[in-house]
Amino acid sequence: MSPIDSPVAERVRAGEVAPPAAGEAIVRLHDVYKSFGSNPVLKGVSFEVAKGEMIAIIGASGSGKSTALRCIDRLESIDRGTIEVAGIRVDSPSVDLKRLRLEVGIVFQSYNLFPHLTVEENIMLALRHVKKLPRSQAHEVSLRVLDQVGLKQKADAYPEQLSGGQQQRVAIARSLAMSPKVMLFDEVTSALDPQLTGEVLRVMEDLAAGGMTMLLVTHEMAFAKRVADRIIYMHQGKVWETGSGDMLDAPRTPELKAFLDNGL
Amino acid sequence: MFGSFTLTHLLYLFTSIGWTLVLSALAFALGALGGFGVLLARISPRPWLRWLAVVYIECIQGIPLLILLFIVYFGLSVYGFQLPSLVAAGLAMMVYVSAYLGDIWRGCVEAMPKPQWEAAECLAFSRWQTLRLVIIPQAVRLSLPPTVGFLVQIIKMTSLASVIGFVELTRAGQIINNSIFQPFLIFSIVGAFYFALCYPLSRWSEAMENKLNVANR
Repeated sequence: MSPIDSPVAERVRAGEVAPPAAGEAIVRLHDVYKSFGSNPVLKGVSFEVAKGEMIAIIGASGSGKSTALRCIDRLESIDRGTIEVAGIRVDSPSVDLKRLRLEVGIVFQSYNLFPHLTVEENIMLALRHVKKLPRSQAHEVSLRVLDQVGLKQKADAYPEQLSGGQQQRVAIARSLAMSPKVMLFDEVTSALDPQLTGEVLRVMEDLAAGGMTMLLVTHEMAFAKRVADRIIYMHQGKVWETGSGDMLDAPRTPELKAFLDNGL
Repeated sequence: MFGSFTLTHLLYLFTSIGWTLVLSALAFALGALGGFGVLLARISPRPWLRWLAVVYIECIQGIPLLILLFIVYFGLSVYGFQLPSLVAAGLAMMVYVSAYLGDIWRGCVEAMPKPQWEAAECLAFSRWQTLRLVIIPQAVRLSLPPTVGFLVQIIKMTSLASVIGFVELTRAGQIINNSIFQPFLIFSIVGAFYFALCYPLSRWSEAMENKLNVANR
């Protein structure tokens, strides 16, 4: 029997299901199911993220962690269950996607910068055309967020002129510029070497310290343990085990133990 | 060797190049306008619009340009629309070119990586904003070589307008040949003029393609 099949309260006590967020929950997933064709990827995922909280989702490839993240930003629609972000029902067919995406910033593994635009233009584009800010104000905001990620001097560079780590920091800055309530990070350091990974993680750590609500899918266990308020371990499309960073030292389920043994 | 072919004939041919260029420009401009519409319909989220675009493309690509010229010039005149040959040729070529350019550009837009669409979507851009600000500026670069390549085809296709009496380069050659009957010489000169128009464009298209390949290597 998987942990998800036992009664919810018991599973919460046992740390198998994420307990309700300590503060005001800004993201709520309840009993979320998602399949791709005949392949079920999420099988009743529930968790909450409180305002200002940083949660790291860990798990093997195919465990559904990235899909969960994509469902929160409605890049994928779910089959069953409910998702709520900042009071917006994401699973509703009539969801206002523009409103949702102004509340949620997402950064991907592959940066996804616009190659035909400079760093600053990448950041200013949505500020000007979505938020309708005047050019001078958009310019100010873009320089502020670039300063935040330590790349103010690269404002006029094109993405191809930057290292992978710098491109990822620009992608973070581009999302930050929109002042989202929640930031989602989908394996943002997976394509980077250790040195570049370090510079991206430092930016994320600063964000977390600044009180940004963050949900992060990662394979960086040491980072997750050090910075995350809570860690969610996903296995076979379910929330398998949750807890603080200490759970990585003393996994309760054999699956998490095996995952950590293989990964570390 | 040149027999009765005189400088006057050469100048006449030279002048007719202007009309070949006028018709090419008309066909390209109108065809690009129509092609953009076909592109938008072809990638529309509405299935019926996509279907309509596919039917249009398939039909037009399956009909020779010559037949389209006959339909527009002779066919419409039966119903009282007696169009000047330049207008008829321009319209027929617009219909023809838009089906091809729309399809070429559709390929370029669809070649844009899906994460680019997704990134724009995540920044709350509307579909139209995504196309206008993110996808099309990148797709244009990709589409330049095939578009210029097709422009070469357009210039050569204008010769078909000679059959509806539009005096462009080919028709001018026919007219001179009818009077002095030196087909080898005259049509060789006509061919050389077409080559002079098309070759630089072909090279330009090729150079752009190479540049793009280097950039993407």
